[in-house]
Amino acid sequence: MEYFLQQLINGLTLGSIYGLIAIGYTMVYGIIGMINFAHGDIFMIGAFVSLAMFLVLTAVLGFAFLPVVLLIVVIVAMLFTSAWGWTVERIAYRPLRGSFRLAPLITAIGMSIVLQNFVQITQGARVKPLPPQIQGGITLMQGSTEAGTIVVQLSYMQIIIILTTVVLMAIFTLLIARTPLGRAQRACEQDRKMAALLGVNVDRTISLTFVMGAALAAVAGLMFLLLYGVIDFYIGFLAGIKAFTAAVLGGIGSLPGAMLGGLLIGLIEVFWSGYFTVEYKDVAAFSILAIVLIFLPSGLLGKPEVEKV
Amino acid sequence: MSGQAETLLSVRGVETYYGKIIALRGVDLEVRRGEIVTMIGANGAGKSTLMMTICGDPRARSGQIVYDGLDITEMPTHEIMRMGIAQSPEGRRIFPRMTVMENLQMGAALVDPKHFEDDLKRVFELFPRLKERLHQRGGTLSGGEQQMLAIARALMSRPKLLLLDEPSLGLAPLIVKQIFETIRELNENEGLTVFLVEQNAFHALKLAHRGYVMVNGEITMSGTGAELLSREDVRAAYLEGGRH
Repeated sequence: MEYFLQQLINGLTLGSIYGLIAIGYTMVYGIIGMINFAHGDIFMIGAFVSLAMFLVLTAVLGFAFLPVVLLIVVIVAMLFTSAWGWTVERIAYRPLRGSFRLAPLITAIGMSIVLQNFVQITQGARVKPLPPQIQGGITLMQGSTEAGTIVVQLSYMQIIIILTTVVLMAIFTLLIARTPLGRAQRACEQDRKMAALLGVNVDRTISLTFVMGAALAAVAGLMFLLLYGVIDFYIGFLAGIKAFTAAVLGGIGSLPGAMLGGLLIGLIEVFWSGYFTVEYKDVAAFSILAIVLIFLPSGLLGKPEVEKV
Repeated sequence: MSGQAETLLSVRGVETYYGKIIALRGVDLEVRRGEIVTMIGANGAGKSTLMMTICGDPRARSGQIVYDGLDITEMPTHEIMRMGIAQSPEGRRIFPRMTVMENLQMGAALVDPKHFEDDLKRVFELFPRLKERLHQRGGTLSGGEQQMLAIARALMSRPKLLLLDEPSLGLAPLIVKQIFETIRELNENEGLTVFLVEQNAFHALKLAHRGYVMVNGEITMSGTGAELLSREDVRAAYLEGGRH
């Protein structure tokens, strides 16, 4: 029981990070129907900018108060990834928007490789460590087994990750549901031509969608950095694929679906590692994806393709 | 309306292509402030293409479109629409997964929010049915309701020029009558300029001050609504058997 609870907490934490990245995939897919494979690498850049900024603030400028440092770090990281997300869309996707469907997919893979190599060359290929910054936690439960005592711990780091994710999700849901920008995004998603006929600047709305997804990826990048303490230029690939899987699992195009998918992928991965073998955790996650897609092709919360108009 | 009113929209020698296929072969027409102008023609004559070309999508390959004294031929669609043109397009294009309210809010996206409540009240007076359906998704409305919503959405932007593409398509005669009556009221009471494309020639010509006939991407006839209605060739081609 204690072991199960602990894995549940770990799974939710990891799932939160996947969910935040998955939102970027799902929003972009929703609005222009393309898979932005470079999004995982935007997340990776978010993690690198976070690390660099963190070191500048603490080691060079001597800031010591952690909450302020983290706040500045996350804002700077969001600005950076937003600029990257905007630029990638502007130079690699927009010129191909009228082209055949596979063209933007291919450039997306190209951009992903470009970003990875760019970071590898400028930052080096070795892993970058960051000592744990947020330690301690709350002991929820204590039990004993034959192997000894077992403690269920909810670390402060996990609390921060889960809370931040919940808050960001709430803000995003409101933004999409209630604000003029959110309405314009949904309008572009449903009928781009009509949106333009109502005076919506479609190009700008699409750019903003990339920027929003990239900003969330920066938050995920910082969380990943704090949680695992090591990053390298390659983390965007696997995390990106997992988050993409989460988006598909939840129903691509659906915001709550992305979050749900993220949590599920996180839970599956953690539980599989906890009860079976760590080596096959990715296989487990992707197998679940395959099974869900066979029986529910539009994902758990996805809307069916057919629409009576 | 007086015949000397200033020109609000003028289309000169406009040619539009879909790829290599020509859809508009040098169209000339004019809409004056305060007028209702209609364009009638058969399926595939290029009426809807003209509507969309005015809005910059597809763009005219040659010729010129001037609106309110400004050349809008090369302007992006959203900027053209921001100058006070609204369109209820072919196929209505209601956002299917948005509520009626949200569709109307999209129409009002460019208008000062302080007008929203009043404008909403006004379109509910014109189309009381929409009020009953306010929180229903656009995709679940009937054809007639969608048509009303498309016109209401266009009106929410407080246009100076309203472009209506076949507002009667697929609707019951009674509703057609009601929609045409609404257009007339808007024109008479509020001075709204309307450019109306129709297959339903009889109603359209009766409603309009002036009309054009389009055949195969070209304008073949023009005149006042009454003139066109009385012409034998117009009657033969567009009216006989088509009257409601």
